[in-house]
Order: sequence, then structure tokens, then C-alpha cells
Amino acid sequence: MDFDLTEEQGMLADSVGRLLADAYSDFGRRKAYRAEPRGYAAANWTAFAEMGLLGLPFAADDGGFEGGPVETMIVMEALGRHLALEPFLASVVLGGGLLRRLGSEAQRRAILPRVVEGEIVLALAHQERQARHDLHDVATTARRDGAGWVLHGAKGVVLHGDGADRILVTARTAGARRDRDGISIFLLDPIAPGIVRRGYATQDGLRAAELVLDGARLPAEALIGPEGGALPALEAVAEDAIAALCAEAVGAMQALLDMTVDYLKQRTQFGQAIGSFQVLQHRAADMLVMLEQARSMAMYAAMMVQEKDAAARRTALSAAKALVSRLADQLGKEAVQLHGGIAMTEEYKAGHYFKRLAMIATLFGDADHHLRVVAASGGLPETG
Amino acid sequence: MDLRYTADEIAFRDELRHFFRTQVPAEIRRKVSEGRKLGRDDYVTTQKILHEAGYATPNWPVEWGGRDWSPVQRYIFSEEVQACAVPQPLSFNVNMVGPVIATFGSEAQKARFLPPTASLDIWWAQGFSEPGAGSDLASLKTSAKPDRDHFVVNGQKTWTTLGQYADWIFCLVRTDPAAKKQQGISFLLIDLETPGITIRPIITIDGGHEVNEVFFDDVRVPAENLVGQLNKGWDYAKFLLSNERIGIARIGLTKERLARVKRLAQETPAGEGTVWDDPDFRRRLAWSEIELKALEITQMRVVAAQRSKAADKPDPSSSILKIKGSELQQAAAEMLKDVAGPYALPRPEAEEEGLNLPSVGPEWADAAAPLFFNTRKVSIYGGSNEIQRNIIAKAFLGL
Ligand SMILES: Cc1cc2nc3c(=O)[nH]c(=O)nc-3n(C[C@H](O)[C@H](O)[C@H](O)COP(=O)(O)OP(=O)(O)OC[C@H]3O[C@@H](n4cnc5c(N)ncnc54)[C@H](O)[C@@H]3O)c2cc1C
Repeated sequence: MDFDLTEEQGMLADSVGRLLADAYSDFGRRKAYRAEPRGYAAANWTAFAEMGLLGLPFAADDGGFEGGPVETMIVMEALGRHLALEPFLASVVLGGGLLRRLGSEAQRRAILPRVVEGEIVLALAHQERQARHDLHDVATTARRDGAGWVLHGAKGVVLHGDGADRILVTARTAGARRDRDGISIFLLDPIAPGIVRRGYATQDGLRAAELVLDGARLPAEALIGPEGGALPALEAVAEDAIAALCAEAVGAMQALLDMTVDYLKQRTQFGQAIGSFQVLQHRAADMLVMLEQARSMAMYAAMMVQEKDAAARRTALSAAKALVSRLADQLGKEAVQLHGGIAMTEEYKAGHYFKRLAMIATLFGDADHHLRVVAASGGLPETG
Repeated sequence: MDLRYTADEIAFRDELRHFFRTQVPAEIRRKVSEGRKLGRDDYVTTQKILHEAGYATPNWPVEWGGRDWSPVQRYIFSEEVQACAVPQPLSFNVNMVGPVIATFGSEAQKARFLPPTASLDIWWAQGFSEPGAGSDLASLKTSAKPDRDHFVVNGQKTWTTLGQYADWIFCLVRTDPAAKKQQGISFLLIDLETPGITIRPIITIDGGHEVNEVFFDDVRVPAENLVGQLNKGWDYAKFLLSNERIGIARIGLTKERLARVKRLAQETPAGEGTVWDDPDFRRRLAWSEIELKALEITQMRVVAAQRSKAADKPDPSSSILKIKGSELQQAAAEMLKDVAGPYALPRPEAEEEGLNLPSVGPEWADAAAPLFFNTRKVSIYGGSNEIQRNIIAKAFLGL
């Protein structure tokens, strides 16, 4: 057993921590970044690329640095701590994750090195209105059309789909809406004809898009991976995303606890620091318990995401997401309450952390959904 | 013991229900039901309709437009307003400053202020909290110094709800800096048009503008705007806060919101069916309904007890109602957000810019997360839930 980071991982944590502490040194900058064309700081993205962050999980042949889930955890935790806006999850974990798993050598070579360089941002368009949290629920269709494909359907809440340069879209090439077989993945350029994209802000200040595919024509080589057989890779990528979000939540929870404790020490009412009231001390202590439980589960997620047995892996990742979703949400609410009115304001940072945590709790399945997965599977797999 | 309403009480309720549903515009009631922001006109329109019918100020003295209703009738009224998603008559006017003026004001003040306060021709804001005086309200610093027939007011109020719509503000001000905390405070009525007043918006985390900061810089207020006696303002403030007892739990509103959650859960697809087919979700909703039923009966016990008790004594039951009522409001808002699922995320800004684009997800869903965020306030304001527990522990349990 070993919870320590390797020397390289320690260095990664230090440098990404410093980079973000710098970029987000003052909360006002986040607002300025949001106003940039893509809704995040282009300069930060370049800096991420220069530090090698955008190539972490990719193979050396694809221009990457052969990192694993621990490296992703380190980066996501730092992003969470600073409430960063940049599309690491969308581009590297989701879009890049699918491409590296399913892409042919030619497809990978064409795109991934540019993702690593930060030239191209990827997004994954999978969610549909009716599907809620079920990954296999896909109504969008792709029909053969000569040598190519024609896509019809609508995708929603495409994270960072708004500014993405290429989008990986799931569509059904066979089967009925909720069949596990028959789902394929296509890579498209969102400015191509037949695609209507509507970008918007999300509740946590990030960006997303709705995508309508109205007879979008794609060439044969737009198909990524096996025709009709994309679900296992899609599930694996969703599990990567869950592990990443758990780490992001932990970073945000840590920052929120720190600022709450600071505030309890500073704010005086009734002639004393409110942190001197024992009832608030206990609430803050419980927040620390929540944080550490969540941290343990984020580590468990990072470990189990590499598990070969898909059923065991799924149960484990659901367990992590169920607990982290619940605790992220609870800790966020507690932080707001302990601050009082000030946390209700747009100007103060605590409320923004609370909102991001609430959205992380929903993304890729809320606590109820994942609790159901764990319960239905009969419980957690043995580890050791 | 009979927990049911009498036939007369039911008839009374049905009459109100019919009135609210037929007389208050459906568009306004829809906004309330969906938890969307109301504009100034929505409040004014509604209050004028209620006022015409004698429903704006039932809790006031009869000579000033009040109704000689029993506590049960008042309770039914307050619940039915909420259950029909009617905007409540502006609390600052009808529950706060109105009763204070009617009870402690001069005859001249009553004649001048009460009629337009009832009809909402004067919109009042509540100027109690300050940056340094939240839970510890008595530490407020805004000062009012006598200067011949005026007071000169300096300082800052904050969290002033809907102050951007207000014509007047009722303030707690320090008139005796030497006296101990609660003792040097007075209750002053201030016209917001007076030179020296600046109002600045505070945007809340749901993106709304519902609270403000109000700055006073050498603001000259006529001495005749002092309510009651100098340095007795704290007593009036306590009286004012105790008047909030009825309806503070917002049971009617939560009932309406839970019914809506249920309806939307039945419409929202999930798996082969809808969110409503999920037994876990139903269980969660059932818990809230059960707790709400208990609270409703607790509230009715309080109402019944009021028939025999002096109404101006502090009462731990209002703390019970505040704690549980706010928690249930929050639970209902949270469930709505959870029904929206992934479509709780979008926050299209086009709406703010006045573009009329269709909603991104289901029509109701973009308001779900903001309502959830906004509802966190209900356990903070009106005496935070921690302060309410302190009151129960000290005043009631003797700890
Ligand atoms: C949306 C909104 C609207 C409002 N509208 C108005 C308005 O129109 N007019 C107006 O005058 N005011 C208004 N308020 C102010 C409201 O009454 C205050 O926010 C409230 O009194 C709490 O004060 P505070 O925010 O300064 O928090 P603080 O008093 O600083 O409290 C911070 C935390 O410490 C806790 N705490 C404080 N003292 C104790 C103690 N002794 N024991 C245990 N815990 C304690 C609190 O419960 C809270 O968790 C509004 C507030 C909000 C958020």
C-alpha cells in the first residue's frame, strides 16, 4: 500500500498548483476570463499546453506523456481548487479519451498531437433529452449515404461544445433507442453544414452547447472506432470523467472549507469571532470529515478506473460518484450557511464554489443514480 | 380534538380559493409557481386586486382596513394565498411597518401612511441589517443625530430586499451612542427620495437583483418621521418580528411546490419511463410530504393556541416553524433541480439580454437551479436557523 505520489507526480502537482494559483490569483480574473470569446482564458490554455498538461493521458506515439489516472487526478484537483474554467475535462478526458481509445492510427495522428499542443479543443456530444443518465440511450441516428454518413438528432448540454473545434458525437447506426449495441462515434467539425450549434453559459459559469444535427453529412473517415460497437469505450470514458470530477470536487471542497474557516475566524458578531461558537465549530469539523471521506473516494476512483473487469469497475466508480456527489452538495450548502448572507452574493467566491459543486454532483449521474447502480450490482467489489 | 376545518372554515377557504384563481392574473401566478422573479408591476397589480377586495391587510386593526378574522381564518388566508401561487401582499408593508405604525405611530402618521401602505402606493423597504450587524442586529451603527426639527442620518444598511422598487424605508438607527446596545435605537421612516441616499444593487448567486445596499450621507429626516418614542425602537422591532409568526413556515408555498415537483417528475423521461417511476425519488418526495404534514399540524396547534394567548410574547413555536419550514422549502427546491437532471445546467443569458430564444431544455428547467441556489437564503435570513436554535435552547429549554 502506498498513498504517496512519485517524485514526478509531486512535481506535477507543484507546478500545476503554481500555474493555477497565479492565473486565478484574484477572483475578479475569473470574471474577465468568462468574458473571453470561448468563455475561458486562451492564455491559460496555452500555458497548460506548454506545461504538458494537455498531453498527460496520451501515448507517446500520439504526442502524449503516458500519464495515468493519478496524473489526471492531480490536475483536476488543482482545477477544482481554483474553480478554473478551462475545458480540460471536455477536451482531454472526454474527447481525447474516446479518440485515444477508438481512433485509428491515422485519426489519432491527425488530431491528438494538435489537442496536446492546445490548437484544437475537443468536446463530446452524447447527452440527449430523454436519456438522463443512461449512456446507452441514444436516439440520434447515422445512416449510410454513399461512402459517407448522414446524421439526424439532437444533443444537449455538450460541455464546452460552444467553443470546441471538433466534436465527437454518438449516433445510432443500428438498433433501437435503448439497445446496447448499435452505437457509433463520429468526429465532426461543428461549423459544417447541417449542424446548428447554440452555445450558452451553465449555472456554474462554464460553457455548453445544444447541437442539432439536421442531415449533417460526414465522410466515411468520420466514423471513429467500430461501427455499432462504441458503448464499452463510451462507458470507460464516462468512468474516467467520473474519476476526474471526483478529484475536481475534492479540490473545490478543500478550497471552500479553507475559506469558510477563514471567514469564521474573521467575522465577528456579538462581540466575538463567530468561529468561537461551538455549534459552528462542530459544523466546520463535520465539513472536514466530509472532505476527507470524499478525498478517499476520489483516490479509490483513480485506482479503480484502471480495473480490467468492467462490472467491478463500474460499481466502484458509481460508489465514488454517489458519495462524492452527496458530500460535495452537503459541504457546499454548509459553507453557504456558515458564511451567512455574504455567500449569497455573486461578488463573493464561496457561492461560486457552491454552484460548481452542485453541478458536479449532477454531471455524469447524481448520487441517487449511482447509489442505484451500486445497489443493483449487489455491492462493492472486493479490493486488495 | 378535531384537526379538521369546520364547515364554515371550509366555505371560507373555498371562497378565497375561487377569488385567487379567478381574480389574480394567471401569468403572475405561473411566475410564482415556477419560482421566477416578479417585477414591480406584478406585486402592485396583485396587491391592488387584494386591497380592493379587503384582502391586503387582514391582520391590521379593523379601522385601518383589517378584518375581524379568527386566528384560524387568518391562517387559512395565508396558506391559501401561497397554495394558489398568489404573490403575498408585500410583507414589508402589511406585516412589518403597517402594524408598527398602527400600534405605535401618531394619529398623523397613521392617516398619512396606512392607506397608501395598504394599497402599495407606498412601497416600503426594511432597513435593519448592516454589514457589521447581521445576526447581532443590535450592534447596528447607522446614526441619527437630532438637529432642530430634523434627524441627520449617516451610515449604511444592506441586504435591503427589493429596495430598487421602494419609495420609503423604515430603519433602525442609533440615536443614543452612549446607551447600551439595544437601548439607544430608534425607529425612523425615511423617504428614499431624500438627498444623500444612494442605493446600489447586490446581485445574488442565482443572478437576480433582489437585494441592495443603501448608503446614507447626511440625510435630513423630519423629526415627525420618528415612530413612537425616541430610543424605544428595539421594542418596536421585536414587535414587528413577532408579527411574522403566521405564515413564516410557508407551508402553502411548499405544498404547491411539491405538487409541481410531482407533476414535472411524471413528465420527465428517465430510462423506460419517467422520473416518477423511480421508487427512490417517490420515497424522497414522500418524506417531504410527511414532514410537511407534521409541520402543518404544528402550525395549526400554534394558531389554535393563539386564540388564548397574548400574541406579543416571544414564542419558541415560531422558531420551530422557521427551522422546519425553511428546510422544507429548500428540500422542495432541491428536488425540482434534481428532476431537471442534466437540464439543470444551462443558464441561457439571452433571457437577460431580452432575446426571445426558446428555452434550452424543458421550458421550466432553466429556473430550477437558480431557485435551488436562491432558496439557500431562507435558512439565513429572518433570524438564521442557528439563531432560532439558540432561541429554543435559551428561551424555551432554559439552557
Ligand atoms: C436574500 C436576503 C435578503 C435579506 N433581506 C433583508 C432585508 O430586506 N432587510 C434587512 O434588514 N435584512 C435583510 N437580510 C439580512 C438577514 O437578516 C441577515 O443576512 C441575517 O440576519 C444574517 O446575518 P449575516 O448575513 O450578517 O450573517 P452572520 O450574522 O454574520 O452569520 C454568519 C453565520 O454565523 C451564524 N451565527 C451568528 N451568530 C451566531 C450565534 N450566536 N450562534 C450560532 N451561530 C451564529 C449564523 O447563523 C450564520 O450561519 C437579508 C438577507 C438575505 C440573504
